[in-house]
Formats: sequence, C-alpha cells, structure tokens
Amino acid sequence: MALASDSDILEQAEAWHRAGRGVAIATVVETWGSAPRPVGSHLVIDEEGHFLGSVSGGCVEGAVVSEAIDVIGSGAPRLLEFGVADETAWQVGLSCGGKIAVYVEKVVS
Amino acid sequence: MKAAFLQGMNTERAARRACVLVTDLAHGAQRLVLADAIAADPLHVEIETALRMGKSGMIEHDTGRFFLTVQAPPLRIVVVGAVHVSQALASMAHLLGHRVIVVDPRTAFASKDRFPDADLLAQWPDEALPVVGIDRYTAFVALTHDPKIDDPGLLAALKSDCFYIGALGSRKTHAKRLERLGAAGVSADRLARIHAPIGLDIGAVSPAEIALSILAEITAAQRKKPEGSAGL
Repeated sequence: MALASDSDILEQAEAWHRAGRGVAIATVVETWGSAPRPVGSHLVIDEEGHFLGSVSGGCVEGAVVSEAIDVIGSGAPRLLEFGVADETAWQVGLSCGGKIAVYVEKVVS
Repeated sequence: MKAAFLQGMNTERAARRACVLVTDLAHGAQRLVLADAIAADPLHVEIETALRMGKSGMIEHDTGRFFLTVQAPPLRIVVVGAVHVSQALASMAHLLGHRVIVVDPRTAFASKDRFPDADLLAQWPDEALPVVGIDRYTAFVALTHDPKIDDPGLLAALKSDCFYIGALGSRKTHAKRLERLGAAGVSADRLARIHAPIGLDIGAVSPAEIALSILAEITAAQRKKPEGSAGL
C-alpha cells in the first residue's frame, strides 16, 4: 500500500465524518529544533482510536490519539506541546531533541 | 473544524484550486479562504506568501496569531516537443516533484521509452491543451523549434493565466515568432510574458544544461515575489 499523503488523510477524515463517526484532526502547527514531520502534517483520529497519517516519527502519536478522543468527546479544541523540556513528553518519547506543537480539533457539522 | 471547511478543502484540491484555512488558535475561530477571495482577505499578504512557498505555518498579525493550512495545487509543466531537451527536463522535473506532460504530434518522438517520467500526448497542441487545461499552477514550455507545433501551443498558453511561458530559440527566431503571434492577434503586453531566449543565462550548452536553466527559471517564477504579472 502506498503511504498516505496529507491530502489522502483529509479525504479520509471527510469520509469518516460522513459515515457518522466522531473525528478529530491533529495538525503540526509549530516545530522547534529537529522535528520529524513538517508544519502542516496531519493525523486524523476517530472516536475508537483508529488513526491515519502522522505528526511525528511515531513518538507522540499515542498521546495525540488519546487527547483527540477527549476532544471528540468535549468538542473543545486543544493545543498540545511536546518536547524534551516537558516531562510527560519525554515519557512519550520525543527523544529526537525537538519540540512540536499540535492543534487538535473536532470535525463538527 | 466545520465539516463544510474540510469538504471545501478536499473539493478545491481535487479541482486544482488554491485555498487556505485560517485558524485563530487562541479562540478556535476559523475561515476557509478560497482562491478568488484571497485579495479581499485581511491577511492577503501573508496568505499570498504562504501559497507561493506552498507552506503551512503560523503567522503573527495585528489581530492575533493564526495558523494557515495551505493547499497549493502541485505544479505541472506542459512541454510542447518531445525532443532531447524535454527528455532531460522530464527527468529533472521528476526530481523536483513536478508532473510533466509532453505534447508532440510526432509519435516517433512522443514515446514512453523516451519519456518514462512524463505523461505523453501524441497530439497537436491545439487538440491536447484544452483537455490538459493550462491553469495558474502550470508552466508552459515550447521546445520544438517548429512554428507549426510551437505556435498553437503558445497561443493557448498566452490566453491562460499560467505562471510561466518559455520558448526555445535565439533572439532572431524569437523576433520572427513575435511577428507571427502579433499577426495572429496577440497584444504586445501578452507577448511580453514569453521568456525567450528560454532559461536563466548560465551559458547552457548541452540538452541537460538547457533543461537545468529552464527549470531554474521556472523555480524562480514560482518562488520569487512577482515583480509584474509573472509569478504565482
């Protein structure tokens, strides 16, 4: 299977939403230092934790997915930061020395 | 994000139209700015820059901090003439991530063996180009040296709003070309859009060097802030 591009990912988000699933879109909005995925990269997540795309090299996706499930529940967007200065982030393993900000928002009708 | 914005972004991308989603990260407010509404948007300067660079990013403005999710259609290069320079150009453009469409009615030239990295149309430009659709995110290059093939292609490109038009040939050849196209009814303003002699002046000699100079000129037209009407 070919790797999903950011365009495929947004199409998937639309398809999931049409199918009646709760969907959130996570977007890398800022990066500092070495970051594995560029600004604008997307991860889409559904209410059951299925996801497509990436916001890092796999380091923080787990944390973003669980935050996204909360966002789907509450409807309120969140701005998340991950980096070496942050103890939690270190735990989730952004060991590459970079720092990223990820905006997570629910798709609403 | 409103589902309508998500759908709008997907629709615009499929139609090869630019759009930018503006998000106020502090308050969650969003708007989707379509291509024809950019000029009237309060952030039009920032949006135009982001589109030219094809990059999403955070911007600071008097009214706050905003994230721009940028969707710029991928660039295409339409080449008239399946000649030696075009072969080099197709390979190099592939590395740059641009799709190349080669148009040449001479089937011996327009063969897949010669152009593994390009889409080929073995048709006359006046048949092929309306189907291809030359848009703002297209660069047009005429390379056959043969007015019978180049001129109909140039006439189609000059009617479009493509961001680059180039034609191979010496100054003398180009002067004759301008006379012919002028006689066909193209205004002097429009004719001035043609880059000729084609390519940046790097003293290119071989077909690959000429292709390099053409692609460098196309990149400049794409990325540099436009001085006049040229550029994205």
